[in-house]
Amino acid sequence: MKKRARIDVKALPGTAANAADERLQVARPLRAVFNKVFPDHWSFLLGEIALFSFIVLLLTGVFLTLYFDPSMSHVTYNGSYLPLRGVHMTRAYETTLHISFDVRGGLIMRQMHHWAALLFMASIVIHMFRIFFTGAFRKPRELNWVIGVTLFIVGFLAGFTGYSLPDDGLSGTGLRIAHAIMLSIPVIGSWTANSLFSGEFPGPGAILPRAYIAHVLLIPGILLALISVHLGLVFKQKHTQWPGPGRTNTNVVGERMFPRYVIKQGGFFAIVFGVIALMGGLLTINPIWLFGPYEAAAVSAASQPDWYVMFLDGSTRLMPPWEIRAFGHTLPPLFWPTVVLPGVMFTLAMAYPFIEARRNRDTAIHNLLQRPRDVPERTALGAMAVAFYLVLTISGGNDPLAENFDISLNAMTWAGRIGLLIVPPIAYWAAYRICLGLQQHDREVLAHGVETGIIRRLPNGQFVEVHQPLAAPDAHGHTELEYTGWVVPKKMNRVGALAPAIKGFFYPVEEPAPPALPQAERRELESSGTR
Amino acid sequence: MTSDNPGRGAAATPPAGAARRRAGATAAGGRLRRRVGTVLRIAAALALAGGVYAGFAPGSATAAKDPASLSPAGQEGKALFDTNCTSCHGPDAQGVAGKGPSLVGVGAASVEFQVSSGRMPMARQEAQALRKRPVFTYDQTRQLAQYVQELGGGPQIPEGSMKLPGGTPEEQAAAVARGGTLFRINCASCHANAGGGGALSSGKFAPDLEPANDRQIYAAMLTGPQNMPVFGDNQLTPEQKREIIAYVHTLKAQEPGGWGLGKLGPVTEGMAIFLLGMTALIFTTLWIAGKS
Ligand code: HEC
Ligand code: HEC
Repeated sequence: MKKRARIDVKALPGTAANAADERLQVARPLRAVFNKVFPDHWSFLLGEIALFSFIVLLLTGVFLTLYFDPSMSHVTYNGSYLPLRGVHMTRAYETTLHISFDVRGGLIMRQMHHWAALLFMASIVIHMFRIFFTGAFRKPRELNWVIGVTLFIVGFLAGFTGYSLPDDGLSGTGLRIAHAIMLSIPVIGSWTANSLFSGEFPGPGAILPRAYIAHVLLIPGILLALISVHLGLVFKQKHTQWPGPGRTNTNVVGERMFPRYVIKQGGFFAIVFGVIALMGGLLTINPIWLFGPYEAAAVSAASQPDWYVMFLDGSTRLMPPWEIRAFGHTLPPLFWPTVVLPGVMFTLAMAYPFIEARRNRDTAIHNLLQRPRDVPERTALGAMAVAFYLVLTISGGNDPLAENFDISLNAMTWAGRIGLLIVPPIAYWAAYRICLGLQQHDREVLAHGVETGIIRRLPNGQFVEVHQPLAAPDAHGHTELEYTGWVVPKKMNRVGALAPAIKGFFYPVEEPAPPALPQAERRELESSGTR
Repeated sequence: MTSDNPGRGAAATPPAGAARRRAGATAAGGRLRRRVGTVLRIAAALALAGGVYAGFAPGSATAAKDPASLSPAGQEGKALFDTNCTSCHGPDAQGVAGKGPSLVGVGAASVEFQVSSGRMPMARQEAQALRKRPVFTYDQTRQLAQYVQELGGGPQIPEGSMKLPGGTPEEQAAAVARGGTLFRINCASCHANAGGGGALSSGKFAPDLEPANDRQIYAAMLTGPQNMPVFGDNQLTPEQKREIIAYVHTLKAQEPGGWGLGKLGPVTEGMAIFLLGMTALIFTTLWIAGKS
């Protein structure tokens, strides 16, 4: 009998991988995936924040479902939060209090879930800004833009249903408003409201169990599906990249998926998780125990929705009370700011890539990004939209703002009304001028060189600043450098005059001075796929 | 009562309102001034009528004109009042048109609330007298209150502790919970669920309840300062008022979820997610990706 072979530890990963490949035949596709190249820029990581906070949402959400009961049946509270002892409330509110005060780790889970929801929406919006202002939505990525806007809308619904579940004073007020908004829709309004709420609200309807199923099953399912398609498309269409040396419309310069990119992403997930956990542990969010059970008669001052819904609250507050009566129907003023306005806003947002392509008669494929300053018109339009949204959002929170900054609430409302009309055009104009100014400065540096900060006095007494040309100058001291729409060095140490004083985030990295002209900092790698 | 037309509706306006109007109209033309003059005369007549009424009202202050009939504390109070308050509230607290209302009949509770919270003496005319550091000591405040009480009667803060009457911890908790329900129904619409306050129209606001002490909370309910409604003893019994006070204490005391961000709700939460969460994470992206 032969002696049994000793296990060779070093060969173990190889044999295991081989064994897996022989059965699953994954080596070839995996290699392609591992070698896939991702461009590296800080702004490409904003979408990841949304993805990671979604994961945190799923994890903490599952924990909450273990204890939450969306029932509207009435109970008398008998838990450990004394100031509500003996108060009549729904089971939904009771179980939320139970999670907060009697389940170990329940309160931090609730708070993490809520902070993660705010972060999810915040990062979606910031990520959208990045996509918009760099032109990343252009052909071939229009579909992904539309999916992105849809993700915002579905995320909005996820947030709103979640906010409604605890059945505390605030969520009841929110549902009441949602009910009123539905009723304001002409013709189908009362039917929609009645069938969704199954009866009047507030009342013994079925809205909580329904919102619950939407919140824990339907909406996360839709989000998951949309996110998968969203990421799948990024994978298939490849990531856009900034223009720059060595980067073209047909290659991708960056890092391989494995190992560096994956490691970085793993680390980033840990940090996102950490930030959410810190906020959940240290900062109170939605202290439902202060709001009490929902009672139609008790509406608190400063009742606000979460920040991403606040623009609707704002538009409602700014809307003058104009009621239209025609054909035996009444069209309440609520209809315009809460149904028509978001409808128009989201439609415009979704259609923007197509509108822009049509305006510019642009049918080309774009894999290179544009700097915001190089497309002043789009940047200005974006600034205008952001300003519009901001005025609405601030107006949505105008009562706490008025109180805390000692402004009259009436003045805030009027400032919002006027601001909504004049701030966006001003934002448009300002953004446009800033873009042109930045372009102009780039061109100046390309033509005359970097300002050195050295002042020279000429024999005739004149003072001039010495410029460091970026290439060999001609007889007039001008350089003929092409404007490429990419970073122009503007400081002397960017062109190697000084070693960077302190480089590195946590400790100084000592490095030789960089070469005279900016070059691709990392190895250039062709993506494994072909275009 | 804040109609912009200085001529109309004057007869129905109390003196202070009519005169506030005058302050706004002095810059306008002569005709306006004449009209305002009429308003003022009517206002003065009304104030006088008020004073005369107060003089004959039950629990009347006829005696107040005679310092000898005041209690010792009341006399101390009158001395303080004469030096500090008459400029706006007039001699014998009859009120001065355009400066301050008559205090006859507002009661000791109102004076104690206004003076102990520093609102009175008022520093300048504004939308709403603000809480400041009190000018008078507790004893002086009580003397002022006593003086106004003896002038014309009115609501008084009951003596003794504002604490809930004892009981088992269970009973105490139930009382606090009742106070909470009462608070959410009666007070939260202005002061917000967390007691952080809220804006009312035209620059007026319901303040944060944090700095108010027991007697001030009680007095606020009893007298309804400025834009706050009066919660008389038939609306909220003294027992219920004590329950509300106990509940307001729990609001101040605990923050089980960590720092409350000023207890302003979703507005500050939204700011926090951008200013803290998003900012931290964007710095992280700069750190791990570098600006290529
Ligand atoms: C600068 C003028 C001014 C001074 C000085 C002043 N007050 Fe007043 N006081 C007012 C005005 C104006 C009001 C009406 C406030 C309101 O309702 O907006 C008022 C209201 C009051 C009230 C509430 C009346 C009510 O209806 O309940 C009391 C009590 C009072 N003052 C007491 C005093 C006392 C006591 C002093 C002196 C320590 C004083 N005030 C000094 C202007 C003044
Ligand atoms: C209609 C709105 C409104 C309601 C309802 C209301 N308040 Fe007020 N409250 C005010 C306003 C306005 C003030 C400020 C008055 C002032 O500055 O003189 C105030 C002041 C107070 C103060 C004084 C705070 C300080 O700075 O000293 C207390 C205490 C208070 N309220 C308690 C209550 C309680 C308790 C209830 C419920 C029983 C209640 N309020 C209901 C509007 C309201």
